[in-house]
Amino acid sequence: MNVASRFRTLPETGESVQFTLDGVPATAPAGVTVAAALVAHTGAWTRQTAQGAPRTAYCMMGVCFDCLVEVDGTPNTQACMTLLGDGMTVRRQTGLRNLNGGHDG
Amino acid sequence: MQQRTPEITIIGGGLVGLSVALGLLLAGQRVRVLDGADNDARASQGNFGLIWGQGKGWDFAPYANWTMDALAAWPAFAQQLQELSGIDVALDQSGGYEFFTDPSEFDAFEAELTQQATHLGHRARYEMLNGDDLRCQMPGIGPDVVGASFSPCDGHVNPLRFLRALRCSVQAMGGRVTMGATVATIRPQPGGGFALALADGDVVNTEQVVLCAGLGSASLAGDLGFITQVKPQLGELLITEKLGDRLPFLSSTIRQVDEGGVQIGGTKADAGLDDRESLRVMAKLAQHAVTVFPALADVRVVRAWGALRVMSPDGYPVYAKSTAHPGAFLVTCHSGVTLAPLHASVLADWILNTSPIPDLEAFDECRFALSHAA
Ligand code: FES
Repeated sequence: MNVASRFRTLPETGESVQFTLDGVPATAPAGVTVAAALVAHTGAWTRQTAQGAPRTAYCMMGVCFDCLVEVDGTPNTQACMTLLGDGMTVRRQTGLRNLNGGHDG
Repeated sequence: MQQRTPEITIIGGGLVGLSVALGLLLAGQRVRVLDGADNDARASQGNFGLIWGQGKGWDFAPYANWTMDALAAWPAFAQQLQELSGIDVALDQSGGYEFFTDPSEFDAFEAELTQQATHLGHRARYEMLNGDDLRCQMPGIGPDVVGASFSPCDGHVNPLRFLRALRCSVQAMGGRVTMGATVATIRPQPGGGFALALADGDVVNTEQVVLCAGLGSASLAGDLGFITQVKPQLGELLITEKLGDRLPFLSSTIRQVDEGGVQIGGTKADAGLDDRESLRVMAKLAQHAVTVFPALADVRVVRAWGALRVMSPDGYPVYAKSTAHPGAFLVTCHSGVTLAPLHASVLADWILNTSPIPDLEAFDECRFALSHAA
């Protein structure tokens, strides 16, 4: 489901970058963090805790760890502390990470 | 006036004090536990949660056997805690490894286990595995591991949940636990009994007192005529982010908490009462873990801390009755987790003198008398 986000990014600078979220292409303004891009994208959950509770970025300043996602194959990455790069592969983090950087889904 | 059972006061509300308290409560005694300040050196809040026998007492038969008794008593003890407190301490006693990267250390440890086995007789159970056999049995072990010992008796618990389970069990049995009650001095009373002067000015009077204050015992033991001098030994620990996978092993230095994080530890240093962690040791611990199990290389460390072990001069437990002041006892050990089932059961018989078993003569502090006098 693709809910319309309640979040808006800053006024467009014109430049934008492409990334994928769970394999689906998406676009965000250049210079934003992964977390900002994700909440503006749909506003839906971006990780599930070990118990399956849905979460997304909350503090946006590196404290709460609720923004964890897999970025370019690295699990448990704090999306709010990571600048979005062109061509990044972002995956929602479901449950705990596995060894070898592996990740279900 | 109604005759009341005399109350026993335990000084120290850590794993050892609470275990002893629980044993006395189960034996029908009235018990009060005085726990110190938040910022005291609390081994019970920083430890690794191992239930471990490998090598213990290889050169001291009573300790080898006492430890083995404790290992055997753990499953029933965990069950008892669950019933009393409703808390599952996450006991996993399916065996543990000691990994080696240095062939001479591996050989030396094998010699210790052989010696330990002579004390344990038919109860001795361990095997030695060379690196290749180990890697066959357990894919993922690093190429630099030259060998490992394995004992099916070893295991671990969730140490913080264990502490909470003990405290709740003591309270469920009617024990009174007072937090923030630092005992400053103990004054034996002329007619028997003891006056415990608290740091905040209060005085607690008690018929009997059991000193279980870990490193805090150092300043109080002398008041009761004990000569044991405990010393701190710094251990540093790391914990990683939680993993969905389970590690295929438990070792004395690498263990996966039931909740998923991997705890890495086992360093020993003499740093006085300074329990700070250091980057150098953290790096060494991380390197060790990756050497043993290379797949841990990209796993993040999320916290590091230091904690102080409580060491007697020879490293073995001390169970002592004061001769100068009858009714005063000293209980101290490094293995407060492993030995807990005995502290919470048969140690009460020893304190109350209700049974000739256990014979804890070997753990009396008179063994330090010579070195102390020297
Ligand atoms: S949003 Fe809180 S740490 Fe990233």
